[in-house]
Amino acid sequence: MSLLEIRNLHARVGGHEILKGIDLQVNAGEVHSIMGPNGSGKSTLAQVLSRREAFEVTEGAILFHGKDLLAMKPEEAACEGIFMAFQYPVEIPGVGNAYFVRTALNAIRKYRGLDQLDAMDFLPLYREKMRLLDMDEQFMNRSVNEGFSGGEKKRNEILQMAMLEPSLAILDETDSGLDIDALRIVAQGVNAMRSPDRAMIVVTHYQRLLDYITPDFVHVLVDGRIVRSGGADLALELEEKGYVSIESEARQTAPASA
Amino acid sequence: MAVQTAQLESYLESFTDFVRATAPETPAWLRDLRDTAFARFCEVGFPTTRNEDWRFTNISALARIPFRPARETDRVVAASLASSHLAAWHMENALSRLVFIDGLFVPALSTIGALPQGVVIDSLRNQIAQRPAFVAEHLGRYLDTVRDPFCALNTAFLEDGAFVHVPRGIALERPIHLLFVSTAGPAHTPTMTHPRNLIIAEEEAQAAIFEDYVSFGAEIHAFSNAVTELVARGNSNIEHFLIEREHLQSFNFSTLRIEQARSANVASHSLLAGGALVRNNVHPVLAGEGGECLINGLFIGSGRQHLDNYMLVEHASPHCASRQFYNGILDQHAHGVFHGRIIVHKNAQKTDAKQTNRNLLLADDAQIDTKPQLEIYADDVKCTHGATIGQIEDNALFYLRARGIGEIEARRLLLEAFAGECLGRIKSGPARDYAQAVVEARLFALATPAPSPAGAAETKERNWEEVG
Repeated sequence: MSLLEIRNLHARVGGHEILKGIDLQVNAGEVHSIMGPNGSGKSTLAQVLSRREAFEVTEGAILFHGKDLLAMKPEEAACEGIFMAFQYPVEIPGVGNAYFVRTALNAIRKYRGLDQLDAMDFLPLYREKMRLLDMDEQFMNRSVNEGFSGGEKKRNEILQMAMLEPSLAILDETDSGLDIDALRIVAQGVNAMRSPDRAMIVVTHYQRLLDYITPDFVHVLVDGRIVRSGGADLALELEEKGYVSIESEARQTAPASA
Repeated sequence: MAVQTAQLESYLESFTDFVRATAPETPAWLRDLRDTAFARFCEVGFPTTRNEDWRFTNISALARIPFRPARETDRVVAASLASSHLAAWHMENALSRLVFIDGLFVPALSTIGALPQGVVIDSLRNQIAQRPAFVAEHLGRYLDTVRDPFCALNTAFLEDGAFVHVPRGIALERPIHLLFVSTAGPAHTPTMTHPRNLIIAEEEAQAAIFEDYVSFGAEIHAFSNAVTELVARGNSNIEHFLIEREHLQSFNFSTLRIEQARSANVASHSLLAGGALVRNNVHPVLAGEGGECLINGLFIGSGRQHLDNYMLVEHASPHCASRQFYNGILDQHAHGVFHGRIIVHKNAQKTDAKQTNRNLLLADDAQIDTKPQLEIYADDVKCTHGATIGQIEDNALFYLRARGIGEIEARRLLLEAFAGECLGRIKSGPARDYAQAVVEARLFALATPAPSPAGAAETKERNWEEVG
């Protein structure tokens, strides 16, 4: 059984159909990269997977660990093991980082029938992961993402991912806006989490991130459909030729109904 | 004025009975004080919304109900109460705890504790009997009974409350807990109480005083009309707390009149969580140079609650600073008011006055009226004000949920963060822990969507809003 199976997924937001029939299988241990030009539906796919309600699924199915993902609320999907690193992490004044992550971790542990972690159990773990991401301990008590730089926000996303240990991590343009140092740190954090039990979907517009996180598969999304799939080489080809050639190829091979 | 004065006869009758019943223990100066105040009340009656100070709060429902003083019957109730009945409102680590049942001090339920030399914590009634000259010197001296008929009414029925005197240089490290319990009385008829507190902090004294208003027993129309006069002498440091969490048939009116001398530092923290119609007046006068006043508040309403905060901050001396921060959280049909008036008198140069009112509306029918009113007669001052009205952000809610936190818990977290701004301004210690527990309990109730079969019953309660 695949970890994630997406079948003929159609989704719309604000009355516009964005995803027009996505099929994708992701097995445990694999890293898939979804690439594509602006407006191709990459982020929509990430949002649907994290169960954002504004994104309405009109057709198709998603099985996660064999369960119907589309029947789940965002918190249920998270408790089942889905984690999305946000493209634009949200600032939450008044809620401390450590408190937030501990609350999330305990919500997930409760869902899975595990004991709650108190601050004494939690903090050493949190500190260790912070060091891995080269984050200053003062972040611990600051409000979630409030006043953080772009790079700090993205590192904070990966820190949360490291703490919550999902079975499927979706990185939604985690690389955008990062300088090369921040990108290295983020990629290092992500690579440290690669494991045979965990899959990742790396959504990106640029090939650069894939220099640091080598995917097993690359899928090119154009106009709501996967038009090409391949190995890591495909990313390099895209880098060379750009999306334009693939888009025109896609148009030629697309069914007439499109 | 017909509605407003309809019950004047009832008040007259109550007052006559009250004067007769208390005659043997009442000194002449106190009789005069009450008589003058009652005459003033009769003269002006209850305010209408045509009065600018009452523009957003219609009190006609209160004015229509024939309240009688609780004292006539409620000694029976007080005698039947044990400390265990009050366990829910126990403050850990309080220095003293004074319990008032329907406005009257109940020694058997109170603990004064061991006090430093010279500190007096007692009922006002005892102190009127024991130290009449000292009490007479202060009582009613600071309160404006001409402007505010509720202050006049309180003074007319003035009988008991808390008396706190902290001598020069004494710092009380633990808070003083004043617990005001409204009961349904034996007859379950609408009752009124007029608690009157007098707090004198001499030079360089320090204290934290907690006024805590709660209900016990059946829900009836209860009217608590409290006044506190707080005198903060030079360089003193005082924290005052008001917690209103009576049940939803209660009318709670309170006035905190603060007189601040040179370099005195006073903080007023108000937390309105209960009550049907609540009016919270905070009136500091910065009468000496270099005084600082923090006016911090949080009001949390749901159902048909009406929570009105009326601030009157008077800068009467140079180099004083005042900070007003009020946060409101309103759900369902609740109506909140923040009226922040600042008066800077002519000689109060270098005044630094700031006012911020932030509100979260959780439902379409929730309402907030926020009004700054600045009157500045000095020319070298800094006065700022700002107000915001917002909702729980969908993005923030989704972010929390996407990490596995359930929707109710996520809402609660966001509400607590908003309320936390106010709690964070309280010095840490037993008082903050106590206030925090009250807030958390209230927010938990608010974040948890209750199945509401009481929809029909709720509609009946909206009396004070509809009659003009």
